[in-house]
Amino acid sequence: MILDFQPGLIILGKIGLIQSGLAGMAVTDPSGASAGPHMFSPASTPAQSIYHLALFVLVVAAAIFLTVFSLLVYSIVKYRRRSSDDGREPPQVYGSNQVELAWTVLPVLIVVVLFLASARVIHSVQDPRFPPGTIEVTAVGHQFWWEFRYPQQGFVAANELHVPVSDSKHPTPTHITLLSADTDHSFWVPRLAGKTDLIPNRVNSMWIDPHETGAFLGQCAQYCGTQHAKMLLRVIVESREDFERWVANQRQQAKSIDTVARGRQVFEATACVNCHTVAGTNGKGTFGPDLTHLMSRETIAAGAATNTPDNLRLWVKNPDDIKPGARMPAMQLDNQQLDDVVAYLLSLR
Amino acid sequence: MADAAPISRPIFPTERAASKPLFEYLHEWVITVDHKRLGILYILYALTFLLIGGIEATIMRIQLIVPHNHFVSPQVFNRLFTMHGTTMIFFVAMPILFGFINYLLPLMIGARDMAFPRLNAWGFWMTAFGGLILYFSFFGGSGLYGAGSAPDVGWFAYAPLTSPAFSRGHSTDYWIIGLLVSGFGSIATAINIVTTVLCMRCPGMKLSKMPLFAWLNLVTGGLVLLAMGPLAAAQLMLLIDRYLGGHFFDTQAGGAAVIWMHFFWIFGHPEVYILVIPAFAFVSEIIPVFSRKPIFGYPIMVAATLSIGFISMSVWAHHMFTVGMVSYANAFFVASTMAIAVPTGIKIFNWLGTMWGGKIVFQLPMLFCIGFLFQFLIAGLTGIMLGAAPLDWQLGNSYFVVAHFHYVIVGGILFALFGAFYYWFPKMSGRMYNKRLGLLHFVLFLIGFHLTFDFMHIPGLLGMPRRIYTYEPGRGWDMWNLIVTVGVFFQAAGILVFAANLLWSYFKGKLAGNDPWDAWTLEWTTSSPPPPYNFATTPVVKSRRPLWDLKHPEDPDWKYE
Repeated sequence: MILDFQPGLIILGKIGLIQSGLAGMAVTDPSGASAGPHMFSPASTPAQSIYHLALFVLVVAAAIFLTVFSLLVYSIVKYRRRSSDDGREPPQVYGSNQVELAWTVLPVLIVVVLFLASARVIHSVQDPRFPPGTIEVTAVGHQFWWEFRYPQQGFVAANELHVPVSDSKHPTPTHITLLSADTDHSFWVPRLAGKTDLIPNRVNSMWIDPHETGAFLGQCAQYCGTQHAKMLLRVIVESREDFERWVANQRQQAKSIDTVARGRQVFEATACVNCHTVAGTNGKGTFGPDLTHLMSRETIAAGAATNTPDNLRLWVKNPDDIKPGARMPAMQLDNQQLDDVVAYLLSLR
Repeated sequence: MADAAPISRPIFPTERAASKPLFEYLHEWVITVDHKRLGILYILYALTFLLIGGIEATIMRIQLIVPHNHFVSPQVFNRLFTMHGTTMIFFVAMPILFGFINYLLPLMIGARDMAFPRLNAWGFWMTAFGGLILYFSFFGGSGLYGAGSAPDVGWFAYAPLTSPAFSRGHSTDYWIIGLLVSGFGSIATAINIVTTVLCMRCPGMKLSKMPLFAWLNLVTGGLVLLAMGPLAAAQLMLLIDRYLGGHFFDTQAGGAAVIWMHFFWIFGHPEVYILVIPAFAFVSEIIPVFSRKPIFGYPIMVAATLSIGFISMSVWAHHMFTVGMVSYANAFFVASTMAIAVPTGIKIFNWLGTMWGGKIVFQLPMLFCIGFLFQFLIAGLTGIMLGAAPLDWQLGNSYFVVAHFHYVIVGGILFALFGAFYYWFPKMSGRMYNKRLGLLHFVLFLIGFHLTFDFMHIPGLLGMPRRIYTYEPGRGWDMWNLIVTVGVFFQAAGILVFAANLLWSYFKGKLAGNDPWDAWTLEWTTSSPPPPYNFATTPVVKSRRPLWDLKHPEDPDWKYE
């Protein structure tokens, strides 16, 4: 019977886990993200409200668990048939209305409290008022990458969402409108907010107001097709100045550099332009990520690989080698063309 | 007169299968309309699919044992989780429960068969063909497009991933039609269960004198009738979308993906209770017998079951807290979801009350029921956590959810089912199971279950989404996934021991006799296995425990009920 105690230990283990989360259980990501992508180190108001509710619900659940667990163990141990049993049946008890009433009313009260606590957080997260200065971003889910449009600033980025840090004196929350170009997706960066789905032919929204700078990891949380697993997501939270600098750069067109003219010619002459935009060229496709400032990103292929020349070359040569099932086809370029086009991509800063 | 024994002992000896030519023997099974044979067919069919679904799960866990593993390709992984989920729900859990209900219900209410024996056979064969159609997709899934494939849309097949644009070939059609066909079988069985409970009870068995088993499965039957319709409707609409130019779920032409979700979960959430209420029914029969006391608070248990059935029809959108419903809709579904915890809690307390003051005998069926109690308690509590919508925004679609519902289905339903297997195996086969093998099965499965599903909660809490064929290292998920996978092998070993035990005991087990557990319900009055007509003379009962009355004429139940 001792094995049945295991669940109890697990619950206790979970509480310990949360405490270590409170102490800042840092799982360092090689690419500089500050902590493991979990809800127990919130860095934004929605995530924080959920975190506090989670602690409350966990404590209530743990209390219920310990009570019922102890009662079960007690009755199993106390009322086991002993070896000295006289073989007679125990007293036949059919029920008791008082006892039934007690264990009906108590759970009702607990449920009411949990409901009220949840409703409060639902209201605070779903029905906020946004201060002036709120950043508007439109996130569009694609198989299997993220498009981020900044309508106020007039440019489009991909896969890495840049937002300014928001402090309580000068709040600059980011309001994200969620759309989908194909199937269902879900935007989930646990340290910043709960997830919200991106559903085609439907407009959803969510908001974050990160209190600290850094890279926050997440990924698509609604099964969206073959490469759902590598539809990763990162939110880069920057100081106001860094954010403005990043915006100013993103608004630039791609610079035309003579040394990579051959690569640009390969890009413009192949089917690349059907799907990809590079502002200032004839590449105006919108099916794939905007590449105008490709090199300002830390990763490629929606986070599946770091943005290095080698990975870029591997990716252009055959995307399936990095992300089998990705929607980008292998472009059948020869080695020279590959070198040229990678050199061109490396110039897109 | 009032104290006269109400039940006649069987007058015919146990019938063992006489030796017949194999073909004739199989032919008898194929054409049978006997509820006991159909019950056993359901159970054997479901056990076969349990092995298949288990193998699919094992392959997935091997793929996830380390990050960036290449054991299977993403396409294969996506097919595996689709087939695993669909198989386990529709072709393991439902048929196995229907099998037990079919076998036991007439015996427990003193009837000679179900109300509609031929409909019963039809229901079974529809379910069986449904499973075969689904699995034929491995060969015919891509139709004229080339090599075969199974569906890869997930077991809840969210639109628009099922639209022709994203799901080419015929794999999704096999998924739709397989489930439609088996769904009609389920509806037939539900009609049969409800009618049997309402019309076929033996003299003296008023509704208030039925075993809880009959009450609970009456509610199950009602829920099946209510829930299968929306699923069938949605699947027909999807077929219309796919082949007749409909746009119900076709988002590119103005259709709504969210409507599919509503339809699916209006089926999908009652489905959870369709599966768990029969498990409650097993536990409600087994715990009293091995505590040597009647069930505590019978009327309250009935009321709690009815209210679970009722409330379960209004909680479906807690599967959809992240789809962008307005705040008051989310709040409503939080309230209804949490409300269902009350009658469920009452049930756990009543089982506790049944054990309290009893003399608990730790036979194998009882061990599994005790496992059920602890595990179902935890599953309920994680359910409450997920029912708080804001927590669901973080935990929904993560491994926490996967751990939660496996805790319900494996830790709750499957443990109760194993209890039922060992409890009624002597009745069905006429022989006792091997107790040592049974204990080994219990220990292995308990260890495996807790290794797998306790630790599966943790990567979910740490932000690992479900349905990913691989994951990034360095996010704190690696070790937990390793432990989870190790647990799977313990479970697999447990299942093999269980299968071996069934086979060995069927041929070599000790003869069990009519009533090996000193139990109280009518199935124990007849021989093991029961003759085709069940009872030589129709029993007459005066209380919920007719055999108690028979064994204790000095202190019968009917004086107190």
